[in-house]
Amino acid sequence: MYRFWQRALRDISANKFLNGITAVTIALSVLIVSAFGLMALNLHSLMEKWRHGIRVLVYLEPDVSSKERKTLEDRIRRIEGVSGVIFISKEAGLAGMKERMRILDTLLADLDQNPLPDTFEVSLDAAALETNRVEGIVSTIQGMASVEEVTYGKVWLDRFTGLVHLFRFGGAAMGGLFTVAAMFIVANTIRLVLYSRQQEIEIMRLIGASDRFITAPFYIQGLFQGFLGGVVGLAALYGLFEIASRRIGGYLPVGFGDIRYFSLPTVFSILGCAMLVGWIGCYLSLKGFLKR
Amino acid sequence: MIPGEKERPIIRMYRVHKRFGSKAALTDISLEINENEFVLISGASGAGKTTLLKLIYRGESASEGQVLVDGMNLLRIPRNRIPELRRKLGIIFQDYKLIPDKTAFENVALVLEAAGHPRRFIGKKVKSVLRGVGMEEKADAFPPSLSGGEQQRVAVARAMVGDPKVILADEPTGSLDPDSAGVIFSLLEQYHRKGATLLVATHDRDLIRNAGGRVIHLEQGRLITGR
Ligand SMILES: Nc1ncnc2c1ncn2[C@@H]1O[C@H](COP(=O)(O)OP(=O)(O)O)[C@@H](O)[C@H]1O
Ligand SMILES: [Mg+2]
Repeated sequence: MYRFWQRALRDISANKFLNGITAVTIALSVLIVSAFGLMALNLHSLMEKWRHGIRVLVYLEPDVSSKERKTLEDRIRRIEGVSGVIFISKEAGLAGMKERMRILDTLLADLDQNPLPDTFEVSLDAAALETNRVEGIVSTIQGMASVEEVTYGKVWLDRFTGLVHLFRFGGAAMGGLFTVAAMFIVANTIRLVLYSRQQEIEIMRLIGASDRFITAPFYIQGLFQGFLGGVVGLAALYGLFEIASRRIGGYLPVGFGDIRYFSLPTVFSILGCAMLVGWIGCYLSLKGFLKR
Repeated sequence: MIPGEKERPIIRMYRVHKRFGSKAALTDISLEINENEFVLISGASGAGKTTLLKLIYRGESASEGQVLVDGMNLLRIPRNRIPELRRKLGIIFQDYKLIPDKTAFENVALVLEAAGHPRRFIGKKVKSVLRGVGMEEKADAFPPSLSGGEQQRVAVARAMVGDPKVILADEPTGSLDPDSAGVIFSLLEQYHRKGATLLVATHDRDLIRNAGGRVIHLEQGRLITGR
């Protein structure tokens, strides 16, 4: 093993530039693929939090009497899966909105009329949320008297889900592309090193060295390039992530939690994948070379 | 050892042809070389001496016929068993074929490393073999800094370090002055006396006259048996 390392290190230091280029390519692939992955991860967890915080909002028709309102509230409470009903008057609604979204403050201040209706905020128990009974509950409430409209952020949820899918798909597509590119670049680097060592390899064969003995240092080199690229790529992404999270963090509404970097196991899997890319690149160039 | 066992052929060719495209390099070669024999392959340049040796170490494969080396049928062995064949052999070339950016020691040690021997054993063995060829002082020198004769001595050490039963030498003295050539030849003879089979290809008439072994003469790829 030690000898293989020695030979690999010698080749790496003899071809610093080539190995550098290769590591940088892998780093770029890792950066791009992981960036997509990180965005998808954060959007997804954001979405999950959101889903669990879903409130069904029941907007009342204007001019509903307080008796009618009370009846409606009781009927809603009796629905299976409803865990709580809170009445929010239109005044309270506007104040709350101003409170939650400071950015809108100035905008809302200019309004001379309150555009919000009286509202019941209906919370659902966890079971109802999990089993997708939300739609049923919503349509039941929709059919009740005095109800103008019922929303529960489905449109948003759908859009958001779409966005997550887009990131996943985009990430996978770009990832595939860059991974293949990285593999070919590794393959070519190794091929160049192979050609520069052709005479030596020929001699090793003549003295009875096996293919495994001859190729092991090249695999070490490929794995090393992958590892180096992976570390650099992940570090670069972490730097960008730190900057971005400081910028974005302030704009996120309260209760959405923090955006996160990859967990340690994920970091290691990404490194593992980068090394695999190096290994496969190496395999590709050696496969043809050894046939001869 | 059973009497007669010594007579067992270690290299055997039967009706071997080798063609490069339409050109016949070797034609209908049949021969047997016994264990511990010393055989000279003579012939003019282009007669097929190198090709004959290549068939034995499987640097080329025969177009037709059978080649057997120490029980291995070279027609049949798969690629991944070629290293096993070559470890039975020590090969010496006219142009030494040393790795330029490895020291003399490392060049010789590589054989044992490739064979998977432990490091401590390798260190001792390589030193003793280099001493045997008179190169222990220059163990750390790189081949380009050595004279031709010195490089060939390192190559001889490399060929012997794995204790192969057979040494193949292709014009081993072809690029050397007479003194250096003499040194190389006596090293080879010494190794032969220890029980190894020695096969030397050369077009050097003096060498053929003075050396003691059987002579196989090639002419335009055909075998003409000599003394
Ligand atoms: N790889 C090859 N491709 C084509 N022709 C070859 C090749 N190797 C040898 N030959 C031809 O085979 C013949 C024998 O060559 P070789 O064995 O090298 O002769 P020698 O070693 O006796 O000088 C020559 O005519 C040579 O040109
Ligand atoms: Mg020749």
